[in-house]
Amino acid sequence: MVLKYKKAGWLGILALTISNAFDTVAPMFLREAVDSIRSGDGQYQLWQYALAFVLMILCGGIARYFVRQTLIKASRRVEYDIRSDFFGQLLRLPRTFYHRTPTGDLITRATSDVEAVRQMIGPGVMQGANTLIVGTFAISLMMYLDWRLTLYALSPLLLMSVMMNQLANKVHRQFTIIQEHFAILQAHAQESFAGIRVVKAYTQERSRTEEFDELNRQFIEKNMRMVHLQALFIPALSLLVGASVAIVLYVGGTHIVEQTLSLGSFVAFSIYLGVLTWPTIALGWVVSLYQRGSVSTDRLNRIIDAPSEVTTRPGAVRPEHVRGKIRIQNLTFRYSPDGPDVLRGINMDIEPGQTVSIVGPTGSGKSTLIHLLSRLYEVPEGTIFIDDQDIVMWPLRDLRRTIGCVPQESFLFSNSLRDNIAFGFDAPGEVKAKKIEEAARWANLANDVDQFPKGYDTMIGERGITLSGGQKQRASLARALILNPKILILDDAFASVDTHTEEAILSELRTVTEQRTTILISHRVSTVKESDTIFVLDEGRICESGSHADLVAASGLYADMYRKQLLETELEDA
Amino acid sequence: MSTDGYHEDEIMGKAYDSRLMRRLIVYLLPYRAKVAVSVALLFTIAALDLVGPIVVQRAIDGPIATGDLSDLWMYVLVFLTSLIVAFGLRYVQVIVMNRVGQEVMARLRVEIFAHIQNMHLQFFDRNPVGRLLTRVTSDVAALNELFTSGVVAIFGDIFTLIGIVAVLFYYSWQLALVTFIVLPFLMYATWLFKIKARESYRAVRKQTARLSAFLQEQITGMAIVQMFAQEAKTQNTFDDINADLRTAHFNSILYYALFFPGVEVLGAISIGLIIWYGGGQIVAGVLTAGALVAYIQLAERFYRPIRDLAEKYNIFQAAMAASERIFDILDTPPAIAAPLKPTHRKHVSGAVSFKNLTFAYKGEDWILKNVNLEVKAGEKIAIVGYTGAGKTSLVSLLCRFYEYQHGTISLDGVELRDWDPVELRSHIGLVLQDVFLFSGTIESNIRLGRRDITSEQVEQAALQVNATRLISRLPQGFKEPVTERGSTLSVGEKQLLSFARALAFDPSVLILDEATSSVDTDTEILIQKALAKLMEGRTAIVIAHRLSTIRHMDRIIVMHKGEIRETGTHDELIAAEGIYFRLYQLQYKDQESIAASTA
Repeated sequence: MVLKYKKAGWLGILALTISNAFDTVAPMFLREAVDSIRSGDGQYQLWQYALAFVLMILCGGIARYFVRQTLIKASRRVEYDIRSDFFGQLLRLPRTFYHRTPTGDLITRATSDVEAVRQMIGPGVMQGANTLIVGTFAISLMMYLDWRLTLYALSPLLLMSVMMNQLANKVHRQFTIIQEHFAILQAHAQESFAGIRVVKAYTQERSRTEEFDELNRQFIEKNMRMVHLQALFIPALSLLVGASVAIVLYVGGTHIVEQTLSLGSFVAFSIYLGVLTWPTIALGWVVSLYQRGSVSTDRLNRIIDAPSEVTTRPGAVRPEHVRGKIRIQNLTFRYSPDGPDVLRGINMDIEPGQTVSIVGPTGSGKSTLIHLLSRLYEVPEGTIFIDDQDIVMWPLRDLRRTIGCVPQESFLFSNSLRDNIAFGFDAPGEVKAKKIEEAARWANLANDVDQFPKGYDTMIGERGITLSGGQKQRASLARALILNPKILILDDAFASVDTHTEEAILSELRTVTEQRTTILISHRVSTVKESDTIFVLDEGRICESGSHADLVAASGLYADMYRKQLLETELEDA
Repeated sequence: MSTDGYHEDEIMGKAYDSRLMRRLIVYLLPYRAKVAVSVALLFTIAALDLVGPIVVQRAIDGPIATGDLSDLWMYVLVFLTSLIVAFGLRYVQVIVMNRVGQEVMARLRVEIFAHIQNMHLQFFDRNPVGRLLTRVTSDVAALNELFTSGVVAIFGDIFTLIGIVAVLFYYSWQLALVTFIVLPFLMYATWLFKIKARESYRAVRKQTARLSAFLQEQITGMAIVQMFAQEAKTQNTFDDINADLRTAHFNSILYYALFFPGVEVLGAISIGLIIWYGGGQIVAGVLTAGALVAYIQLAERFYRPIRDLAEKYNIFQAAMAASERIFDILDTPPAIAAPLKPTHRKHVSGAVSFKNLTFAYKGEDWILKNVNLEVKAGEKIAIVGYTGAGKTSLVSLLCRFYEYQHGTISLDGVELRDWDPVELRSHIGLVLQDVFLFSGTIESNIRLGRRDITSEQVEQAALQVNATRLISRLPQGFKEPVTERGSTLSVGEKQLLSFARALAFDPSVLILDEATSSVDTDTEILIQKALAKLMEGRTAIVIAHRLSTIRHMDRIIVMHKGEIRETGTHDELIAAEGIYFRLYQLQYKDQESIAASTA
C-alpha cells in the first residue's frame, strides 16, 4: 500500500537532503564572517557573508516546503487508503466478528490507530531521515573543523540518546497502567449516566460520586508517577546540551589559544551543536512513533487480514427461477471451532409461499438460524439450500436480495425516513416515492408518517425525531417490504407493536404473502398460530414441529408451554 | 445549554476568551501557593539560562582573548553549576505544576460528574451518554495542557524574553534594535498562521467528527448493511467523507509547510543583520567578539518562544472550546431541585395522591390529562393500557423525574415539590422493565452504595425473592462479578436481582414497570412469587403487562390516551365490558378459545 507512494517518498527525501545541505553549509559563512572580522580584512565582505548566509537558509527553507508537501501529503494519502481498506473489510466481516468486537474498539482502530500508522510513515520517516541527514552533514563539517572537539562535544548528546530511550520505555509502561485506569474511570461514568434512572430511584447520586472521586484520587497518583518520569525529559535535555556547550567552551577555548581553531570555527561549532539538538531529541520521538505505529499496524492488520470467509465463491450463480423454496439439511453450527454447538441437526423443508414459524425460549438459536439463511455467518457446505441450490454457491448479493429480513432490533440510520425505507431499493424518483408509500402502508406506518410535519423527509435520530419502538419496527418492516423479497423473515418484529396493530399488519401481509415464503419468529400465539408449520427450537435442536393443532395435540414442549399459560386463564375463569 | 445538542460538539472557540479564562483561573485559586512557587521557579530558571551565553562572552573576551587559560576552568564551573541548578529547579517546577494540573482535572471531573448526576431526566433524554462522557473525559483532558504548560509556561516565556532583551541591550542597544527589525515580520507571520491554522483546524475537527459519527452508526447497523447488500453504496459514502478529511489535512499541511521554513528564514535574516552590523561595530571597537557570539546564541533563543506560540495556539483553542462545553453543562441548572425548606419524614405510610394532574414532555403535547387517583397506604394497584397511554409517565412523575405542569402529586399528603427529590426517592422503590446492572458483583448490585445494608440483609433479600438458587449456581455466589448491562445473566435472572435490590432498600412505595420481554414459564412463576413477596406491607403501583399480576391487585386502573378511563377490580371491569374488557379479550382470546375447547 505504501509502495504506491514510493515516488513521492523519494522526492521528499531528495528535498530533505537538499534542504539540509543548505542549512548545514550556512553556518560556514558565519565562520568566514567572524574570522574576517577578527583578522580585520575589511568590512566590504561582511554584508556578502551575511547575505550568503540568509540565501542559504532561504534555499533550505524552500526545499523544506517541498519536504512537507511531498512526505506529509503522501502520508495523508496512505492514511486515506488504509482507512478505506479497513472500512471495506468491516463491510465484509461476518457477524461472529461483531459479536466479539466492541464498536468503540473498531472506531479507535479506524481513527487513532490509523493516525498512529500515519505518524510513523509521515512525521516519523521525515524526522528519522532528517536526523540521519543532518547528523551526517553536521558531524562531517564539525569533524572537518576540529575532529577532537567533535568527539568531546558529542559525548553528552550520545548519553542523552541512550537515556531518553531508557526513559521512554518506562514511560511507555506507566502509560499502559494509566490507560487501564482511565478505562475504569470512563466505565464508571458511562454506567452512572446510562443507568441514571436506577441511580436516581435508589438515590445513589452521592455514593456514585464518592466512588468516582476515589477513582480520580487514584488516577492522580498514577499520573504523578508518570509525571515524575516525564519531568526528567526537558530539564535533562537542557542540562546535556548545556554540558556540550561548556565542553566546547573549555576544549574549544584551549584550541583557539593553541591556534588550532579559529573563533569563527568556534561559533560555527556552537551553531552545529544547536542544529544537532532537535534531531537528537527527535530520535527518541521517532523511536516512540515507530513503536506506536508498529503496534497500531498490527492492530489494523489483525482486522484487515482476518479471513472474511463469507464471500461470493467462484462459480457461484443465481438459480434461474427464484421461488423461495428453503431446505435445511442436518445443519449443525457453532460460532467458533472450540465453542459449543448453537444449532444441532436442524432439518426443515419450506415450500414456496408457505408461512412457517419458529418458537422457543431466548437463546435457543432462533435468530442464529435466520442469520444463517442470509449467510451473515459462514454456513457449512451442503446444509442450507434455497431453490435447490446450496446458499454458499449463491452470489452473496443475490442471496441477500432474495431475503427480506426484519431483525429483532430495528436499527435505523440517522437519515430521512424516506432514505431509511428505500435503504436497499433503487428506482427513478417517482416510482420510488410511490413504492415507499406503498411499503409504509403495508407496514401500517403511513398514518404515523402523515402526522410528521415533514412526512417522509422527517429526519430520524439525534438530529431529527425519535421514533417510538413500534414506529421503528414498522419502519424496519417497510424497509424489507419495499424490496418485495421472495423470502420474508420477521424476527420478533412486533415486540414493541401492540397486539392490535400486529394483527392489522399480519392480515395485510397475508394478502400479499401468497407469492412469498414467510418465516415468523414470535412469542405470541396469535402470531404463530396460523402458520403452515411451527418449529419448536430448544437448546439448538428442533424438538417438535407441525401445525398449531398438531403440536397442541402432541403434548410436547409447545403444548406444555402453552398449558402453563392457559392455567392462569383458567384460574381467571373459575 | 443550546437546544440543539448536536452542534454543541462543533463549538470551536477562540484561543483566548477572557470570560472563560477568568472562570478557569478560579480553579487554580486553591493552589495559588503552588502556582506562586512555580512562577518563582520559572523566574529563577530564566535568569540561570542567561548565565551560559554571558559566561561564553566573558570567556572569549577574557582568558581566550588574552591566551591565559589558567582561569578558564572557573568559567566552565560557573556554567556547569548554573546548568545543574537549573536542571533541579526545572524538575521541581514541572512536578509542582503537573500536580496542580492533575488535582484541578480531578476536581473538575468530579464536579461535572456530580452535576450531571443531579440533572433531571429530560436532560438525559436529550443528551446521549457518549456526549456526556466526552465532557467528563476528553474535554477535561484538553484543559490539562492549559494548566500545566499553558498559563504558567507563558510566565516562563515572558521572563526569558525580558531577560534576553535586557542582555542584548546591555551589550549594545543599537545592535539590539537592528536585531528586532525582524520582529514585526515574525509577529505578522505568526498572526497569519494563527488565523489559517484555526480555519484548517476547524475543518479537520469537523470532518473527523463526521467520520467518527458515520463509523459509529455503520458499525452498529452493519447487520442491516450486509442483509440489504448495501456494502458498495456504504463504502462510497465512507470514501467521500474520508476524502473530505484528507482535503482538510492537505490545507493544513500547506500552512505548516509555509510557516516553519518562513520563521527559519526570518531568524536567519536577523542573524545576518547581527553579523553585518555587529561585525562593523567590532571593527569600530564598540563590540567585543565574545558579545557577538553571545548575541548569536541569544537571538536564536529569543525567537523560539515566539515560534512556539503558534504551536501552543492549537492547545489553547482546544482548551477554550472544551471549557466552553464544560461550563455549558455546569451552567445548566437541574430543572428539579430541592425546595428551600424541604419536608423531612423518617417514615412515610405510602399514601399517594394525584390531583388534576396534567403533563407534557414538551409544549402542549399532553401525555397526561387531568389525572385523579388516590392510592391508600398499603394498597396495591395495577395500571394497564395500550403503549402510549401514559402509564410510565405517571410513575416517572411520582419519582420526580420530570416536572409536571398542572395539578398536584403528593406523598403522605405532602406535595412533591415540597420534598427534597433525593429524600422523596428514598421512600420509593422503582423496578424498571429493563434491568440495569452496574459492574461489580451480585452483592454490590443488590446493595448499591448503601453501606448500611449488611451482607446478611443482602442474602435475606435474595432468599425472599427466590434468587438464592440462581446465585448459588454461580461459581463465586454473591461475589460473582457482574458486567455492565449484566450480559452474563439471563433476562429472568436480572429481574430477580432487581427485585432483591428493591427489597433490600425496603421502600414504603414500590413502583414496578413489569418486563415485557418474555421469559420461560418456570422463571415466570418464580418472578410472580417473588413479586408477591416484594409487594408485602407496602404501597405498590404496578404497570402490568401480564394477567397473572393483575389478579392479585386491589384495584386496576385503565389508562387510555393520557386519561384514567376505568377503575375497579378485575371482575368489575370485565362486567363493565369497557376498554379493559377489550384489552383482556384481545390479549387472551387465544388462550380462552383453547380453554373453552379443552374444557
